Amino acid sequence: MTWEPVIGCEIHVHLKTQTKMFCRCATGFGAPENSSTCPVCLAHPGVLPVPNERAIEWTIKLGLALGCDIAPRAVFHRKNYFYPDNPKGYQISQYDEPLCMSGSFLLPGVGGDTEIGIVRAHLEEDAAKNVHMGGGEGRIHGADRTLVDFNRAGMPLVEIVTQPHLRSSEQTKRFLQLLRQTVRELGISDAEMQEGSMRFDVNVSVRPEGSDELRTRTELKNINSFNFAAQGIEREIQRQIAIYEGGGEVVQETLHFVPGQEHAAPLRSKEEAQDYRYLPEPDLVPIEPPAEMVEQARAELGELPSARIRRLETELDFGLAEGLVTSGRDGLYERTPGDRRAVANVVMNELAAAGLDPTEVNGEELGKLVEARDRIPREAFMKALGASGDGDFKAEDYLGEAVIADESELDPVIERILAANDENVAAYRAGKQGLLGFFVGQVMKETGGKADPKVVNTRLRELLDRS
Amino acid sequence: MAITRAEVLHVARLARLALTEEEIARFQEQLSAILEAVGKVDELDLSGVEPTAHPLELSNVWGADEPRPSIDVEEALANAPDREGSYFRVPPA
Repeated sequence: MTWEPVIGCEIHVHLKTQTKMFCRCATGFGAPENSSTCPVCLAHPGVLPVPNERAIEWTIKLGLALGCDIAPRAVFHRKNYFYPDNPKGYQISQYDEPLCMSGSFLLPGVGGDTEIGIVRAHLEEDAAKNVHMGGGEGRIHGADRTLVDFNRAGMPLVEIVTQPHLRSSEQTKRFLQLLRQTVRELGISDAEMQEGSMRFDVNVSVRPEGSDELRTRTELKNINSFNFAAQGIEREIQRQIAIYEGGGEVVQETLHFVPGQEHAAPLRSKEEAQDYRYLPEPDLVPIEPPAEMVEQARAELGELPSARIRRLETELDFGLAEGLVTSGRDGLYERTPGDRRAVANVVMNELAAAGLDPTEVNGEELGKLVEARDRIPREAFMKALGASGDGDFKAEDYLGEAVIADESELDPVIERILAANDENVAAYRAGKQGLLGFFVGQVMKETGGKADPKVVNTRLRELLDRS
Repeated sequence: MAITRAEVLHVARLARLALTEEEIARFQEQLSAILEAVGKVDELDLSGVEPTAHPLELSNVWGADEPRPSIDVEEALANAPDREGSYFRVPPA
């Protein structure tokens, strides 16, 4: 039987507001522990939360980018649970009246676009950070004490929930990458997984291909890398298929993805399944997004990454178009004149390898450099690329050194090298063709890297095969 | 009684509370009385009434995203039952 994976995601994104969601403590990554706290985020008795206006605006902006309906009326709820990351005993979140609902995110693909349904996007506050000590490497198991840092407590967090519309680990990874780029371009989050400002949970189930049933799903929690997401999902798909093919049943559970380990170990047993007892937050009044706020957010949306992939795909191929957009390099690509494919390749490969910030590169000058790529020595080209992010970069400063392609100039060099290496010449003629690389290297060395490698290769073969 | 002993134990477990037998009985009685009192609302016809999220006719109360000073770390930790460096310290969770 052929099995079809059914995958949905929950994505958490930290908004990069200056202050927390319900108090005006500064947000910020890496501040000394408990230095950004106040009676509100420490949950002292009698304090009252005040929502962050910008966080509400940005959630609306994100909702619009995800094609959601913006609720005419949204309500905050208390989600009750008891754990040391949560000093109030509840997290302020949204429940049945979230800010954004019923969206659709366009995921372009090689075989056409896929619409990924968005169930909702809602606003909530993050929990404090717990550090488990004494159990080795900060693991929960075997810890003898837990340390709590409340800097993260109350940071504004948006949770995006998708429909189970994804069908492979690879597609899920591409979706998450495109979503991340979208969030970053909206200017509402750094979406840095290493800093924890973007993290995701993935729900996975499988079903016989062609069926539309939804079987028992398992949840992979707190993944913070695209590759881990793809690996974890793939492993979970294979595990579930093996269970069904062995006549078993998949058990609904929450799994923790551990890189390199065979199985994702159960994160929480079923008996402890949460009972959150949601209730409307009595300390907060409803949000009724004013029309001006929604229209302002709508006006700020640029051309979305998915639309740009589709547009660039018509002049490149899908892979290059997607790579440029999801790496945030398509802006430079678009302002660099010249052969589209040549420009795309340089921007995607050499320029990326040189570690340059694409926003700092002058496209006009880069265009001149790309155009001259085959006429100047590779070394000069790479040196010029490395400098292309400097404010005063001029391509023409690097175009003076022409590549030596003239046979009458190269032949004497080649002949000199062959004469000086007669043992290798004999070995080559006896069948050690691999020595060609050695001769090419010698010629390049002799010419200071300026010889045209294509001409050198051709002439070397001709001269070596002559006698 | 409206609330069962099992429900009292379940809610206590969610709040990580250990109750004595006497407390279980007392809370079962008190919680049932509260539920009964609130149940009075069921006697009214509320078919045309929107659920109330807040007693005040107010919406869109919020603050500008402008930082205000946080409190001092020592002040933040002053009420902590236990600390380690500048962290709050709690039993393993």
